[in-house]
Amino acid sequence: MDRRHFLGSLGAAAGASLLPACTPTDRLPTPPGRLLGSSSEIGHRLRTGNIPTPNETRRVPVLIVGGGIGGLSAGWKLNKAGFRDFLIAELEPETGGNSRGLQTPAGPCPIGAHYLPLPGTQAVAVRELLAELGVLQGDPRALRPHYDERYLCATPQERMYRNGLWQEGLWPQIGVSEDDRRQYARFQQLMATYRQRQAFAVPMVLSRRTPDLLALDRLSMRDWLLAQQLDSPALHWYVDYACRDDYGTAIGDVSAWAGIHYFACRSGEASNAEGDTVLTAPDGNAWLARGLAAGIGDRVMSGALAYRVVDAGRHMTVDLWLPAERRSLRIEAAHLIWAAPLFLVPRVFVGHEKLKLAARKFSHAPWLVANLTVSALPAAGAGAAMAWDNVLYDSPGLGYVVSTHQQMRLHQGAAVLTYYRALSGQAPAAAREVLLQRSREEWAEEVLADLAKAHADIRAVTLQVDIALLGHAMSRPVTGFVWGGAREPFAVDSPRLRFAHADVSGLSIFEEAQYRGVLAAERTLRRLGVRFTSSLV
Amino acid sequence: MRFLMQQALLVSVFVVASCGLAYELIAAALASYVLGDSVTQFSTVIGTYLFAMGVGSWLSKYIARDLIGRFVQIELLIGVVGGFSAAALFFMFVWAPEPFKLMLYFLVFILGMLVGLEIPLIMRILKRDLAFKEVVSQVLTFDYLGALAVSILFPVLLVPHLGLVRSALMFGLLNVLVALWALWLFRAQMPTIRWLRGQAIAAAVLLLGAFAVAGEATSFAETQLYADEVVHAESSPYQRIVVTRWKDDLRLHLNNNLQFSSRDEYRYHESLVHPGLATLPGARRILVLGGGDGLAVREILKYPQVEAVTLVDLDPAMTRLFSSAPALRALNENALSSPKVTVVNADALVWLEESRERFDFVVIDFPDPSNFAIGKLYSAAFYRLLEKHLTETGLAVVQSTSPLYARQSFWSIVTTIESVGFVATPYHALVPSFGEWGFVLVGRRPYRSPDTYPVDVRFLTPALTPSLFEFPKDMARVEAEVNQLNNQVLVRYFEREWRHVIR
Repeated sequence: MDRRHFLGSLGAAAGASLLPACTPTDRLPTPPGRLLGSSSEIGHRLRTGNIPTPNETRRVPVLIVGGGIGGLSAGWKLNKAGFRDFLIAELEPETGGNSRGLQTPAGPCPIGAHYLPLPGTQAVAVRELLAELGVLQGDPRALRPHYDERYLCATPQERMYRNGLWQEGLWPQIGVSEDDRRQYARFQQLMATYRQRQAFAVPMVLSRRTPDLLALDRLSMRDWLLAQQLDSPALHWYVDYACRDDYGTAIGDVSAWAGIHYFACRSGEASNAEGDTVLTAPDGNAWLARGLAAGIGDRVMSGALAYRVVDAGRHMTVDLWLPAERRSLRIEAAHLIWAAPLFLVPRVFVGHEKLKLAARKFSHAPWLVANLTVSALPAAGAGAAMAWDNVLYDSPGLGYVVSTHQQMRLHQGAAVLTYYRALSGQAPAAAREVLLQRSREEWAEEVLADLAKAHADIRAVTLQVDIALLGHAMSRPVTGFVWGGAREPFAVDSPRLRFAHADVSGLSIFEEAQYRGVLAAERTLRRLGVRFTSSLV
Repeated sequence: MRFLMQQALLVSVFVVASCGLAYELIAAALASYVLGDSVTQFSTVIGTYLFAMGVGSWLSKYIARDLIGRFVQIELLIGVVGGFSAAALFFMFVWAPEPFKLMLYFLVFILGMLVGLEIPLIMRILKRDLAFKEVVSQVLTFDYLGALAVSILFPVLLVPHLGLVRSALMFGLLNVLVALWALWLFRAQMPTIRWLRGQAIAAAVLLLGAFAVAGEATSFAETQLYADEVVHAESSPYQRIVVTRWKDDLRLHLNNNLQFSSRDEYRYHESLVHPGLATLPGARRILVLGGGDGLAVREILKYPQVEAVTLVDLDPAMTRLFSSAPALRALNENALSSPKVTVVNADALVWLEESRERFDFVVIDFPDPSNFAIGKLYSAAFYRLLEKHLTETGLAVVQSTSPLYARQSFWSIVTTIESVGFVATPYHALVPSFGEWGFVLVGRRPYRSPDTYPVDVRFLTPALTPSLFEFPKDMARVEAEVNQLNNQVLVRYFEREWRHVIR
């Protein structure tokens, strides 16, 4: 009568127990791996100079600097409008920016962004892309479209480890007081009210700008919570976790406007999933970057660092250093779409003092992403079953996602655990120094030690630890930043220059990067007199 | 000297009472081990034993002369019969199970009767020197103390450390020692001492020898009884594979879960294969996912029109075992060695995602959806993948857990199959090892059950088949959601329902 019952769970346990778990872990060498990240060595030449002068000049109608989601989206839109005369200059060997993926012995995994929430009806361009990729099926403007279920995050989506027990979801349900629960309910109610008012939108430019809402930007998320008499430590952990996870910024630094935006902006629905489901794939958001790049790969010049930008009146002059070719190239572009992070503007742009001043008001959060190739998933542990996103309470890290979660398999074999950590505990510059100072081994040890709190066998299953150091992973929406005026100069159109990066929104999410890219492309098309159908309305 | 003898006799009362209770407990425990239903076994064994003691006490009046000599003889008899009782019953059950119950109660009766003789005899021996009230008081005190000692030692020390067979032999030895001691104490009053001493020493040697070899001999018998004989055990990277045999019953366990019993697996595999395949006279290409035991393939190969069977099983250890071990090959009729069969050792899902082949009949024999990983193999996404591998007129069959024990789970699988546009035809069959078991036929057109089975079957008949598609009231369709990757309702149903069954 108990035929095959529990075979799976026993199989998983048996599989794990076959691993050499009894070896003394403190003597094991650090697993091997690669050190990855943005090409910081090349980038840092911007400070030291010492770059060859251009030996060739090329004319290009449209130059896009930066092949992250913003730049790729600009190229995607230009291409869709039938305008093919553009070039994308990307510093890294591959495009995709924060949405790049990585290959490991256990298959692909993300090194940055790993999910996309279901887009609401206002995220027109996102839906257009998803429909193009066949993931959104049917009318892309439907209130509740149907999605390809292979991309809808499989159940269970999230779990959280606290006091030796895994719990379903991120909000602690076990071991919290009645007061914690009441505060959590009230917090959710406040967020629901904001949602009903449609106060916060994606793209963020469509958010309501009433004085009471804009005033939220001048308050930190922590102060806002305290002003609502919300002081539960569990609730503060929960909100802080969300802020660190989305913005790389702690609850005490992040603007309440940005903090609330995270909780109150989501309006996406699906006919075949709950509204809080996210879209994901084994390599995170890399499939989205690939989708954007699909038709324009031949116009990407990788390994190219823009080190000097001058407005020459009739065109923009952009000097690109090509380290692999040991030379530089001058591009004279009728239109420049700057889709690289804005902290580079003061170092690269000549003149443009107003822009440089504004750019210096940005701060960028350093991140660490560790990809652990594991021979088998670590023992699931007591409580809720292994989920896609697995979060440790009171950890400096943000937990890990499982690369094989979307797969259908009889046997759960090797996988990649992508572990995230925003260095939000100290000022960005100091944190960046710490980030780059430590060796791969030191970071790998630190990550293993953090995960060992919940998984005693993590070392025994880990075969490889690839560490990606992202010094300027995203701009930080700190108190007073989002609506404080720093972004505005980059959001306006000008005759030859447009900015297309999530930094322009101040919120580093896929939808914002894509919106800024498409917007810059459409403005360019308009000036070029090319007819097109807007992807934004 | 007299006093010493009295004391010695009382000590022997203690020992004798211990042994008496021990045999009774051993017989009852053994009966409940091998026959099950411990309440009944304990009740009837103890009842028989006490009744036999009464018979023994009544018979004691017929012993008139040479009380001590008779006592010694009875002790020796109890020692040998009681000492070997557990071993005899064990081997009896293993090799000649038919008259086991008769033998059990016969032994219990003989032992009870002999033990019933002991106490009256001792009382009569003591009565020669003590007042009646003293005799009764002292003998019964030691009698009950002995019983107390054993009732505590039996579960705490004896069964866990010695096992039933050696416990019995040890008590037999104690009886013989009491006899020898009595012979020594009363050597002056014994006319036939030499002859009796010879018997006692022989009994002691016999019991000691048996005790020495009992470890191996009985553990052999015990394995046969408790867990059957393990004929094959190995740990592959994927699972623990154990094959046991008990008489003609071969059983396969994967990670301690019973996969089949050779006594009734034909019911399962016939039900899995024939209702579908018998309606497909044109079926040439067959796919089997899971089922590395080759038993479903055995059924499939009965159809002469079948040209190619692809068996995808992850574990090479499984398919190797079932294509090499003689007993298992006999069971699957050498199915895995058939030239028509291609064995692929790969994850069925990886294989299915990569393959572009289409099949006329697909057998899906996955484990029950007891966790989220396996729950995905019963999702709408999986059936959409299956759709790509099924020919226009093809059928698939899905083992779908028990519609009785996991009713909503079963109907959730049916609903899920329907949700992707298939015609789902659920049916069920009784497989005693598992209980009432469920299957779902998956196709593009309405299904009609076969009028005949063109092959040799033991369980199915065309007349019976329509009844398999009828669901009695307690298994009838219930509302159930579609199992999607992003809701995994099936695992939640299954967990709830099986928790209820197991408690």
